[in-house]
Amino acid sequence: LVFQQDYVSIPKLPMNEYLRLASTFHSMYAISSNLSPMPASSGIEVLEADSFKLQCFQTPTGTKFFLTTDPNHNNLDELLRKVYELYADYVLKNPFYELEMPIRCELWDYHLERLFAAENSK
Amino acid sequence: TPPTMEGRGKTPRSVIDRPLSKGKAEVSLSAFSFLFSELVQYCQSRVELTQELERKLEDAGYTVGQRLLELVCYREKTSRRETKLLSILHFVSGNVWKVIFGKNADTLERSTENEDEYMITEREPLVNRFISVPRDMGQLNCSAYVAGIVKGVLHGAEFPARVTAHTIPVEGQRFPRTTFLIKFAPEVLQRERVPVQSINPSIHQSHNAEDF
Repeated sequence: LVFQQDYVSIPKLPMNEYLRLASTFHSMYAISSNLSPMPASSGIEVLEADSFKLQCFQTPTGTKFFLTTDPNHNNLDELLRKVYELYADYVLKNPFYELEMPIRCELWDYHLERLFAAENSK
Repeated sequence: TPPTMEGRGKTPRSVIDRPLSKGKAEVSLSAFSFLFSELVQYCQSRVELTQELERKLEDAGYTVGQRLLELVCYREKTSRRETKLLSILHFVSGNVWKVIFGKNADTLERSTENEDEYMITEREPLVNRFISVPRDMGQLNCSAYVAGIVKGVLHGAEFPARVTAHTIPVEGQRFPRTTFLIKFAPEVLQRERVPVQSINPSIHQSHNAEDF
């Protein structure tokens, strides 16, 4: 897990908790792609429950972005794509970022905040 | 066949035979950003202090500046070369900036404290677009590369100067702007003060009539 952020006010869990949840999801994602009866299927893309919705986007390199939101959102696909674009711009083009390390890029934080502020105000 | 003089007149055989590009082609910002990011990382691996990193970036830009001066002058096709301080500064903040960034520099100012200092400011330098400097690196500004380019252009035009890039926080703005401080060498200012003497036409006498 290299980045985690809440864009609504919910109680924050300790970092270890997030790491644990993320690695659990990562394993479930891998297992689900093997479980599928169809060959060469991807892992969990959408998880819908009563109280929340989870959508995951895997890049061709294996990096996963996943969003958990309330069930009403429909455009998570588009959102995840924008997040990926922001990642490619403000994290990967930053000479001070090392791959696999926790992301500490000011411009990345700033643009994500703007993206989700716009999203939440809809 | 080796590239030789035979290329001329026939289809160009090598890069040297082809005419210089018109300069209309644009480069993808992403491609440049990745390359620049690599340059910064390369320089960083060879220094120990933050200030040295800025020096290294400046040096990298210097060689670009020297060549850029020649190229821009050739493309402009002006027959005069700039000899006055203000005109070379306008050349840099206008023509050179246009070639590199596609726009003029935001402002060009003269320092109120020192008469040998001038400043070019840029609200959001293109080279810094995707770069977030970590907090422990303080005021590092990767536009030191651009400062090096300016220095190269000025030195090539015979205006020796020291050029540095500074991060200046702006009130009311989340992100700071960049100021390029240009400090000219004393001989430049001295040259500016001496008035240009007009060439005396009587020196060019013809010798035919008087010699008899």
